[in-house]
This record gives sequence, structure tokens and C-alpha cells, in this order.
Amino acid sequence: MNTVSSLLDNEWYERYKRISKLNIRSSIYDVTNNCNLRCKGCFFFSSDEHKKSPDEPDIRKWEEFVEKEKQRGVNLAILIGGEPTLYLDRIEAFYKRLPTYCATNGIIKVPRDRFPDMMVGISVWGDEEDEKLLRGRDTFSISRKNYAGDPYTYYLYTITPKQIGKIERIIKKIADVGLKVHMQLLSNDEGVDGFSWKEQELSDLRKEMDDMLDRYPDTVISSKYYHEIITTGKMLGRTFGWSECPSVTKPLDKRNPQPKRLIEFIRWAADLKTMHRCCTSETRDCSTCKDGAAHMSWVMVNKRAHLRSTKDLQNWIEVYEMFAKLYKFIPW
Amino acid sequence: MADKKIVIRVAEILIDELKLEDVTPQTFEPEVDLIDELGIDSMDLTTVVLVLQDEYGITIDEDDYPKLKNVKLIAEYIEEKLKDK
Repeated sequence: MNTVSSLLDNEWYERYKRISKLNIRSSIYDVTNNCNLRCKGCFFFSSDEHKKSPDEPDIRKWEEFVEKEKQRGVNLAILIGGEPTLYLDRIEAFYKRLPTYCATNGIIKVPRDRFPDMMVGISVWGDEEDEKLLRGRDTFSISRKNYAGDPYTYYLYTITPKQIGKIERIIKKIADVGLKVHMQLLSNDEGVDGFSWKEQELSDLRKEMDDMLDRYPDTVISSKYYHEIITTGKMLGRTFGWSECPSVTKPLDKRNPQPKRLIEFIRWAADLKTMHRCCTSETRDCSTCKDGAAHMSWVMVNKRAHLRSTKDLQNWIEVYEMFAKLYKFIPW
Repeated sequence: MADKKIVIRVAEILIDELKLEDVTPQTFEPEVDLIDELGIDSMDLTTVVLVLQDEYGITIDEDDYPKLKNVKLIAEYIEEKLKDK
């Protein structure tokens, strides 16, 4: 029977020990249904999730809600929307009580005097041309100016098929302003012409992502195993989809058999009562979902399956480290 | 000292329920850390606990899960619960 210590040498075992006690329990919160952009392919708007429930306007109810979430065992609040920075008081309700990560398009700068060490993830969807086409404006230029040099910020680069062969340009621009970047893939929820993935494109992209990690190790927060999983949708011979996804809201998860899943994970709507099915839209086809967090969580919850060999376990450690770095549980 | 029969039975349940390979109840090291060394998580533990509860007619509180670190400790825990019955 393989055990962790029988598979790892001292160096890898130390890395394993550093992450094995983290016990991260995340949940996702829609801070608002409003946004200052309307991006084509944004799962939130394309699936009409913004119409499912109204925003809770009373800040005291947000504070009480976060206290309850803390008691539920959540130790990582992932704030999304809509655009969370439109409601800084709601963000603050989380930040004062829990380790908090805020996803944003970067147009509004999070005031660092109020949120000195909150992790911020800025979305970027490609170069200026793609940003204008998909998001209506070149937000990348604005967010770079807003967050240059910020030690608690990274870019979440959603790569589209049109970006293949051009990723380095974006990575360089991010490196030039002293920020980090994590890569994920666009799930073309609105079927925008030319933005759906073909098999060869995914294969080419995997090579390019690996190359970026090799050449920009101080900028790119990633792992080659993650690149394999996200581009192939396969892990240890299993295929990603509804029956495997770990990021399904617990009280709504009636799957039988139950796959490995995130413990007590819930994605809450902005009324603080409604729950969404999963970390992305419920209208999305799970078989083509490219959600980066869902895929890395898929690896993380399947630790025991990665005890097949030294290489498998090392792959698992690298993905877990990547996740822990992205949410600042361990240093970059 | 945990009862040998219970140790073997706990190991057997772990192997069967979690489909552990290359190990028998007799070769299962009773002090190997289930979480840190075998990668067993709380979902796995819940699966095993349900079987143990049925088998021994005891209740295992979720708050006690952190005590169930290895086969030996699980066996000792069961023994204590059986004494209280």
C-alpha cells in the first residue's frame, strides 16, 4: 500500500507537510447583481443569474450572514458578482471576519488603506482587441494602472482560442507592472463566433501555457498538471463533468453516487438566501466547462487517487500549492 | 492496548469501503496516519464511520472525527463506546 512518506523524498515531503494541514473550506458569494461591464461570455449574465434574486441592501444583514458563514466553518470567502467593488461595504463585511478574495474587472481600485492585504484577482480576457470585442472596452489597460506593483493582486487571465500564440504579450505586460498571473480558459457560454475550443487548439494551448510557466516562473502561478487537466478535461483516466465536479452547492447536491467534493461548499446569491447550483452558471454544459477553480478543486479533493505513484502525488502537491498561493495561504 | 479483533475488523472495513489496494487487514499498519499518510479525507471517514456505527451499534459524533487518526485509535475509540453501552 502506498503511503505519502513512501512516495516522497524529504524535499517533497516538506512541501506536502506545508499544505496538508491547511484544510481550506471555501464558499463563493455574489456580492451584487450589478456590474459596470457586460462581457459576452460572462456566465453570470448569460445565464440570467443576475435576475434570480435581488441584492440584499442592509449591510447589517451582510455582517450577520458572514458571522454565520464563519460558524459554518468557512475559512475562505471568494467574492464574485456582478462587480464586487461597486459595494465596498459588503466586501468589508467579509474582509473584517474571514480570509477574503475579491474577483474584479479592475476598473475600480480597491482602496488599500481599507483592505490592506485582501487578495484581489483581476480578470483579463486577452489583448486590447479581444477585450473590446468581448467586454466592450480595454479594461486591461485601466487595471494595470490601478494595481501596478500591488503585492496582493494577480491577474486571472481567461484565455480564448483567439489568444493562442499571443499569450506571451499579455504575460509580459503583467510582469512589467510587477503583478502575477494565473491562467484559465474561456467557456464560451454565449456561443460567440470563433471563441469555442477545438481539440487541436487545446493541445496547442497546453504547450503554450507550459512554455509560459517555464519562461516566467516568477510571474505565472500555475502547474503543468493543471494545464493538462484544464485542456484535456481528464484526470487519472476520468473525465470532468457533472458526475465528477467538486464545486456543487452542498444542499443542492443530490448526486448519487456522491463524487469527491468541496466540504460544505455553497455559492450564495446576493440576497443571502438563494443558492446557486455550482461555482458557475447552472445553464452551462458541464462537459465543456473550463472553469479553472473547479478543475483545480477536482484535483485537490482527489488526494487519495493521486497516491498511485510518486509523479501523481507530486502533481497533486503542485496543484494544491498553486491554489494555496492564489489565495495567499502560502507565499507566492 | 486495542483489541486485536477490532483492529483487524476496522482495517478490513477501511480496505473494503475505500477500495485500498496492496494491503490486507493483517498487513495494515495500525498506527499509520490515515489522513496524512493515506490521503483519507472527511468524506472517506464519513463512509467508514457509517459502517462502524452499524457494525458496533454505536454513535460516532462528527466532533470526534479528529480523534480517529489511525486504525489503533479507531479501535480504542470503539472499545470505549462499547463500554459505555
